[in-house]
Amino acid sequence: MSKPIELTIDGRKVVAEEGETILKAAKKNGIYVPTLCYLEGVSSFGGCRLCMVEIKGSPRLFASCITPVAEGMEVLTDSERLRRYRKWAVELLLAERPHVCSVCVANGSCELQQLATELGVDHLRVDREWTDYEVDLTHERFAYDPNRCILCTRCIRVCDEVEGVHTLDLMLRGKNSKVVFDLDENWGFSQSCTSCGKCSAACPVGALYVKGKPLSEVKKKDLVSFIMERRSGK
Amino acid sequence: MPDSGAARTGLKNDRRLQMLEATIKQHQYSKDALLEILHTAQELYGYLDRDLLLHVSRQLRLPPSQVYGVATFYNLFKLKKPGTHVVTVCMGTACYVKGAEDIVSAVEREFNVIRGGTTGDGRLSLFVTRCIGACAMAPNAIVDGETVGKATVENVLKRVKAVLEAEMVEAR
Amino acid sequence: MKPDELRGLAQKEQEARKSYRFRINVCCSSGCMPFGALRVLTAFRDAVREFKVEEECYVARTGCIGTCSLAPAVLVEPGDYLYQNVTPERAREIVKEHIVNGRPVKSMLYGNEAFFKKQLRVVLRNTGKIDPLRIEDYIAVGGYYALLKALTRMTPQGVIEEVALSGLKGRGGAGFLTGLKWRYVARAPGSPKYVIANLDEGDPGVFANRTLAEADPHAILEGMAIAAYAVGSQKGYIYVRSEYPLAVQTLKKAIEAAKSMGFLGENIFETSFSFDVELRLGAGAFVAGEETAILASIEGRRAMPRPRPPYPAQSGLWGKPTLVNNVETLANVPVILLKGSEWFSSIGSKNCTGTKCFSLTGKVNNPGLIEVPMGITLREVVFEIGGGVPPGRRFKAVQVGGPSGGFLPEQLLDLPIDYESLTKAGAIMGSGGIVVLDDTSCMVDTAKFFTEFCVDESCGKCTPCRAGLHKLFKILDGFTRGEGSVEDLSKVEDLCEFIKEASLCGLGQTAPNPTLTTLRYFRDEYVAHVMDKRCPAGKCFRSGGGGGVE
Repeated sequence: MSKPIELTIDGRKVVAEEGETILKAAKKNGIYVPTLCYLEGVSSFGGCRLCMVEIKGSPRLFASCITPVAEGMEVLTDSERLRRYRKWAVELLLAERPHVCSVCVANGSCELQQLATELGVDHLRVDREWTDYEVDLTHERFAYDPNRCILCTRCIRVCDEVEGVHTLDLMLRGKNSKVVFDLDENWGFSQSCTSCGKCSAACPVGALYVKGKPLSEVKKKDLVSFIMERRSGK
Repeated sequence: MPDSGAARTGLKNDRRLQMLEATIKQHQYSKDALLEILHTAQELYGYLDRDLLLHVSRQLRLPPSQVYGVATFYNLFKLKKPGTHVVTVCMGTACYVKGAEDIVSAVEREFNVIRGGTTGDGRLSLFVTRCIGACAMAPNAIVDGETVGKATVENVLKRVKAVLEAEMVEAR
Repeated sequence: MKPDELRGLAQKEQEARKSYRFRINVCCSSGCMPFGALRVLTAFRDAVREFKVEEECYVARTGCIGTCSLAPAVLVEPGDYLYQNVTPERAREIVKEHIVNGRPVKSMLYGNEAFFKKQLRVVLRNTGKIDPLRIEDYIAVGGYYALLKALTRMTPQGVIEEVALSGLKGRGGAGFLTGLKWRYVARAPGSPKYVIANLDEGDPGVFANRTLAEADPHAILEGMAIAAYAVGSQKGYIYVRSEYPLAVQTLKKAIEAAKSMGFLGENIFETSFSFDVELRLGAGAFVAGEETAILASIEGRRAMPRPRPPYPAQSGLWGKPTLVNNVETLANVPVILLKGSEWFSSIGSKNCTGTKCFSLTGKVNNPGLIEVPMGITLREVVFEIGGGVPPGRRFKAVQVGGPSGGFLPEQLLDLPIDYESLTKAGAIMGSGGIVVLDDTSCMVDTAKFFTEFCVDESCGKCTPCRAGLHKLFKILDGFTRGEGSVEDLSKVEDLCEFIKEASLCGLGQTAPNPTLTTLRYFRDEYVAHVMDKRCPAGKCFRSGGGGGVE
């Protein structure tokens, strides 16, 4: 058994297991930390920066989804500074590609939308980009709209780590990054895709979706952690 | 699923392929050697087209999307066929401060090509690069592998015209 | 190789070197090569034969002398006579006058003594004076003695202690104590362990690492071997930019030579220590120089950084403890072991010991590669070594630290160069780029240029760097076209703060520096752009937007 670690989160003393992340320790103790690219059951990415926390004694901020707990650590999951930065992160994601909720399958069950509401994003301080990626409707059951993608890579990780095929990956880099199938194939022509649909179940927004169904019916955020639990026989 | 050989990837079984195979073997089909293999592939073929990427992905037993992701992440790998002649202008700090942008725009205007692209007839590609490290001779341009230091709009245009014309003479 | 063999070889080489009255060092680095350095080398060799002075004059093919604007450059010893812009014809004349008649050719000599006077060459101790392709040249100047000393007379802990006592800090940018880093790797559980020499010098305007690799590759290899011995590693990688073909070739040959001589490989100096080095080529990604991204790249993946902890010292290449050091850091190590930590820590300032290499470029009279003691002021570097800005121009700013370094104005020129002072002023040591700007440069446009660089080089993993920098670039681009208002300036500062604090890796965390420092020290230029729609440097608002300086 790993040894227990004592730390404080938001002034509360909590006990966590060695090697556990701050986020997991917080969750277990009912402390809410906003997340976006994090998905229970697959590896952490640490990219969206929503789950950042402060750790006493360091000027840096830490992604709680990936930072392990340490003995005596004093964590702050909420502060004026953190709220300000989380708001920026959500605003920038909203401005990065044309997110128009009214014409999105995810409307009402979109994690980005929920975070925007929660953080009080009522306008954008930066100009919006109107990217013009082609919507991929070639698959008989699924669709992919890169214009709604927030590059959280949940789909990539699920496809690789849960389904085990790694059909999806990122192409290019920086602001030009795009999730692609195989060698940037149309979904319907992908050689390796098993059409399992886990990617669309894992997508936090409306980028990967089941045709003709609102996301509220498809969305199974816990699907991945359920599968992984079954596999580990817990 | 991955198979050995090039049968399904449409690559001609020629000397280039044999050399590529030798390199892959030398790296013991290791997935970690992807960058090395892509370097070799590009040296042999000039650029990385679909068949080549698919072949590498089969041989290294890597998902095609991962190979594609790596090939497109790094600037050096070219997925499109470059022109017969290539002019590269350094846009490192020293070169920028000393007017590299003017040289790039002049080449764009003069030969009707945009940076990163190739002329319609496939004869000239224009690339910009981030610092070739010859900053004290800034600005620098490279025309078909030869560096032009302390470059000016005039001497770069002259050199490019010269290589284009030399080719015309040869063709006759 | 046995210890005695090394001593014997060194002695033989030193005697051979002494038997020549003159030595002509012809710089054949990538700065001089495009300007006919090889033709000059041949001309010198021909002339030496023609005048029958082969017995007393040795012509060496060397790496960079440092005065890259004088290409091709030639250094004649004894006396360190530096000839500039040498042509094959001039080479013959130099041999005839200087070597045969004993009269240095004054008209061709580099007149600027200040360029060398203020420099102190520790890392660049051999560059320009030895033939990088002859391992014997390196041995003649004491090469591989430090490795011998470490392996035969010091414990790994002893080596770490010595390096720690020297106060050497990482020269790649962040300035972490090298000895401490080594200690972490040495103590980390797990094996095998790896050593990575970082030669992914992607900063535009910086060429110190390239020069080092081209001119003195064995200093890097020796430093790596010592580091490997100290931390308990048997396998090292040099990650080098593929844009540096000459450095790649030189390193390849150096590794072969070191292997055949037994400085790399099994049972080095007949001890139980074995160490092998492999080259890995980058492929054009600035971010790959980041210490976790370099791991991903060596493993053949997209060079995307990952959050730390865990640090590479705990979990690096293939999850094993890994030491990542910049090549300049490593090249310091042999000297520290030979001359002692006390000697090393006597150089530079109290909290910042040793020297630092800088690539001095931009609007400066004597650009080139320099090495100065820490603590020297920027004014000395720019005006004494660099000779100031070209005639008729006024100094405006100096950027220190590469694309994410800050711009410092005239009033901060007396700032001593050390990690702390630079960071406090908003700049960084970075990998050692110093770019001088004069009054023809627009600070808004320059900030935009560097932001664009970082936008292009962002890996795209984290939101602040990927999406935030792009927005920052768009706003700055708007400023150069007269868009925006004074209110936007504080919005820019707000956004910069977010990018700086919330980004995942060093690229994003430092990328706002050019904008923040220009806003801090040259705010009036921003105000002129947004309020008066005017560019004080006369650079923006031209047809077609920004662009080069005359």
